[in-house]
Amino acid sequence: MTGVLAADAALLGFARALRAAGVDADAERVHAFLCAVDALRPGIRADVYWAGRLTLCGDRDDLERYERVFAAYFGDGGRAGRTVSAPPPPRLRLVVSGGAGAATRADREHAAPPAASLASAVEVLRHRDVADLDAVEREQVRRLLAAFALRGEARRSARRSPAGRGEVDPHRTVRELLRRGGEPARLRRHARTDRPRRVVLLVDVSGSMSPYADALLRFAHAAARGSRTEVFTIGTRLTRVTRELAHRDPDLAMAAVAAAVPDWRGGTRLGELLRAFLDRWGQRGLARGAIVVLLSDGWERGDPELLAAQMRRLHRLAHRVIWANPRKARPGYAPLAAGMAAALPSVDAFVEGHSLAALERLAAVVRGADDA
Amino acid sequence: MTGWDGPEQVRARLEETGYLVDDGLAIACFLALRLGRPLFCEGDAGVGKTALASALAEALDAPLIRLQCHEGIDASQALYDWDFPRQLLHLRAAEAVGVTDADRLEGELYDRRFLVARPLLRALQTQPSVLLIDEIDRADDEFEAFLLELLSEFSVTIPELGTLRAEEPPVVVLTSNRTREVHDALKRRCLYHWFEHPGFARELAIVRRRLPEVSARLAEQVTALVQELRGHDLLKPPGVAETIDWAEALDALGADEVDAELAVATLGSVLKYREDAERARGMDLAAVLATRGA
Repeated sequence: MTGVLAADAALLGFARALRAAGVDADAERVHAFLCAVDALRPGIRADVYWAGRLTLCGDRDDLERYERVFAAYFGDGGRAGRTVSAPPPPRLRLVVSGGAGAATRADREHAAPPAASLASAVEVLRHRDVADLDAVEREQVRRLLAAFALRGEARRSARRSPAGRGEVDPHRTVRELLRRGGEPARLRRHARTDRPRRVVLLVDVSGSMSPYADALLRFAHAAARGSRTEVFTIGTRLTRVTRELAHRDPDLAMAAVAAAVPDWRGGTRLGELLRAFLDRWGQRGLARGAIVVLLSDGWERGDPELLAAQMRRLHRLAHRVIWANPRKARPGYAPLAAGMAAALPSVDAFVEGHSLAALERLAAVVRGADDA
Repeated sequence: MTGWDGPEQVRARLEETGYLVDDGLAIACFLALRLGRPLFCEGDAGVGKTALASALAEALDAPLIRLQCHEGIDASQALYDWDFPRQLLHLRAAEAVGVTDADRLEGELYDRRFLVARPLLRALQTQPSVLLIDEIDRADDEFEAFLLELLSEFSVTIPELGTLRAEEPPVVVLTSNRTREVHDALKRRCLYHWFEHPGFARELAIVRRRLPEVSARLAEQVTALVQELRGHDLLKPPGVAETIDWAEALDALGADEVDAELAVATLGSVLKYREDAERARGMDLAAVLATRGA
């Protein structure tokens, strides 16, 4: 009896370690895990491995973490299950802090201006370059950013709903007939509903974008709230942060993103990462018919020809490709950076991305209000 | 459900149907059967997710009931519908013979014989059965929520008839191509299995099993070529399904073995993008064949 309890305790401890590593192994999953181990041979390493992998993981991204935690918890045991072709474990990373992140409470209180001057101050702030703001203004911009919602332009969906005009809906019509004992009744109609297109945001968090990364991610957080928006960060690696951004509180969401993204302030290999995005997500359907927004300055360390090819590929998949470049507003800017020049032929709209006003405009372009 | 008492037996039974599984998948199938949980299969296209469901059906000697998901799919397409024309006809016929008992007539209208069972209801009513919910990622989230309810209870409530419960829940296989994230609540009900491309030996065994008429040498060469192609970074790496297609195509051309020239000429069976085909033409396929052909 005690042996059984000890074994269960070990399994529970493993589940806890897995949770600590970021796998969402909740009580229901753990229960399934225990049942699964019970149904197999509990003492056999491979059986425990597979029981856990099948019940506790819910995503391909979980598998790599699972592999790591399993090896650490149960020892390497010579044969560490199956290797998963997933990216290597994240290294120690810089948590966003300092200039962009560290506005103290005192700052925040100080930042709230008297109501009378609010409108004009906001108006000025709206057009200021985010990179040039001081800590107080930054905090204000953050609060304004929280009001954004990004909805893709509407497209017709295959789902139908009752409508005044449109095709005849046989189900409701005949139901109506039956209700009246077969007497002719008014024809009921239905029509296809509209759905917003999916929006995919690719946010560049590499070194050259560091003055903007925080504001842009907050924009992404607001944009991803409650709509079909997917967010990825690109730097030295591609990271999907949609799940992290799902947190309602922007600061908690930012902390989660900071923990998930291993490559703040690295160099950019846009072409390679765009290819990784298209291979793993885009071509399977995430980018298909979607509105894809790249928030980047287009500094490409790698081969611009690769970026050009991947942009062409993206352009064929997506409904629209929008590039928002924070540097575009700088006086004398010309898209001469090799990456930018290579990408432009495959971009439907090239907009600014440096200020609140620019991001508002970007949101309008995504909605399909106009093509800039 | 059935008296299979271990993953080894599952593996053996699936192998009899010509579907070769590795350790992980054997355990996954065993647990799905033992714990009565749906099996959620993800992986690249062509790795055998859908084929698993048919193999399970064959091994269990149960009918395979398939629901292909698409955008806009709803309960009347997936679960049940009423046969409205027949209901109307029944009403008219009753009128013509002068039935006056309105209550009874009303009751008759929602009789089981007017119920059109769609795949999900069919699976609940058929014992035993294997239910394949294919490409769940194509359906929209409304449908996912609906499915969640059905898969946790294995029962449906039809307002006019009451609750129908499956005496023995079907074996459920869900597949997803990851075109979007399937909701966590649904995944939590399932066992999650990620399909990898098989290694050379297992893929060769699969080809040999599926196409016994193809010469051993050809099967080996084709498998080696596909494994090589997968190593290059292609837009769409070929799956096992493509390996089988290719071997079949070459066999249909009367080939017992393949050289680089013939391989290039038939690349269309494996690679479905112009860019990929071009890249493959640039590879030294002859060298691959030489190392493997000895």
